[in-house]
Amino acid sequence: MTIKLKTPISEEEIRKLKVGDEVLLSGIIVTARDQAHKLMVEKKPDFIRPYLEGSVIYHCGPVVRREPDGSWTFVSAGPTTSIREEPYQADVICEYRVRGVIGKGGMGKKTLEGLKKCGAVYFHAVGGAGTLIANSVKRVVDVFMLEEFGTPEAFWVIEVEDLPLVVTMDSHGKSMHEEVLEKSREKFLELAGLK
Amino acid sequence: MELKDALVELLRRAATDLPPDVEKALREAYEREEDGTPAKAVFRTILENVRLAREKSTPICQDTGSIIFYVDFPVGEKEEVYRKAINAAAEEATKKQYLRPNAVNPITGKNSGNNVGINHPFIHFHQWDKDEVRIRLLLKGGGSENVGAQYKLPAPELKAGRDLEGVRKVVLDAVFKAQGKGCAPGTIAVAIGGDRVTSYMLSKEMLFRKIGERHPEPEIAEFERRLYNELNQLGIGPMGFGGKTTVLDVFVDYQHRHPATFFVAITYNCWAFRRKTLYIRNGEVSYDD
Repeated sequence: MTIKLKTPISEEEIRKLKVGDEVLLSGIIVTARDQAHKLMVEKKPDFIRPYLEGSVIYHCGPVVRREPDGSWTFVSAGPTTSIREEPYQADVICEYRVRGVIGKGGMGKKTLEGLKKCGAVYFHAVGGAGTLIANSVKRVVDVFMLEEFGTPEAFWVIEVEDLPLVVTMDSHGKSMHEEVLEKSREKFLELAGLK
Repeated sequence: MELKDALVELLRRAATDLPPDVEKALREAYEREEDGTPAKAVFRTILENVRLAREKSTPICQDTGSIIFYVDFPVGEKEEVYRKAINAAAEEATKKQYLRPNAVNPITGKNSGNNVGINHPFIHFHQWDKDEVRIRLLLKGGGSENVGAQYKLPAPELKAGRDLEGVRKVVLDAVFKAQGKGCAPGTIAVAIGGDRVTSYMLSKEMLFRKIGERHPEPEIAEFERRLYNELNQLGIGPMGFGGKTTVLDVFVDYQHRHPATFFVAITYNCWAFRRKTLYIRNGEVSYDD
């Protein structure tokens, strides 16, 4: 069964989600990659705070088009590898009261702890599905640090509709990535004759 | 047609139109997965995305990759002509949103904004005796590039010695360690021998093979089949969600090595395996996958 969620999301709602749940996410979310995460941890800027509370961070460096009227359109916008934000993610979630992170590849123990402590989940989007996901971006609300960071690294505040996601890390300490890792480790050791 | 315009079209095709052999492999992978699993849902999304990208002429993936060209050109022509046209084409394709600006100065952190920078696009030049020009293009995703690996045999921690059995172990290790992070299912290119540089060079260039195309030597072809079967037993699946397809194919090739060294370079290409070729014959431009 697919669960429909809309930002802002309450802590109670997010704690109901479990690993394996399929979600269609709507509402305002914010893209942030390496430079944005570094900035949020080191400088704790306030300009992004109102957009992040109860919202979701999307690990994404989009292709964006500037329209003749000055507005922006997302052209291709799949997820980027999340593990690069591992040093920062838990702190960002707790500092800005973020309820979820969207990315690909999953994250590590520190983030899993952060999800549990502050009430958030990790959503997995389909990596490489750039055009499909851009289609569910209805509008660009605002952009920050575009000049300083460039298009992929800027904070893009966007409104999405029915973004298809799977919960792969929940707020109860479970991670699909760890389960697949352990199972594949067994097989790997067997095939490599290392058991 | 102007060379630059032909190259913009080559870039557009590579970024937006997945080669048919890759799409076919993805469709077969979709059919293999059980109904109602996250793996099946991933392949459905991937195939829908491939269709949409082609229809709308927008990038399959927003990471339009590192731009790597292989230019074979007739004796007597100037490299500079191609270099200028390639840089101009990359700039224009970026303006047209076929490409994301992907050239970052590692010292200042500044993105050049137009995909032109030091060694970017990277161009491998080769003069040949033919009267025609062949320009091959690879758009290589960054996430999958991060999970590539180079091993130095022997690798005691894997009990991997200096033979094919040792190579098999390090390939298993690399794909196991990559999990879903390289946007599985990947296409794996394994180069055996050479030095630090040439091992990766050989493995990258193998990515111009078509899915299902086996090495001409039976022993290597058999090794490719074995690796394909074993890697798919790992159960990592698309995006690392678990599933039957972890790799779309495995390509292997070799080159002579120094007696003291034994390198194995493994390039991991994400499922969005983007390559196209352009030919110029008698002034006529044609494209191929």
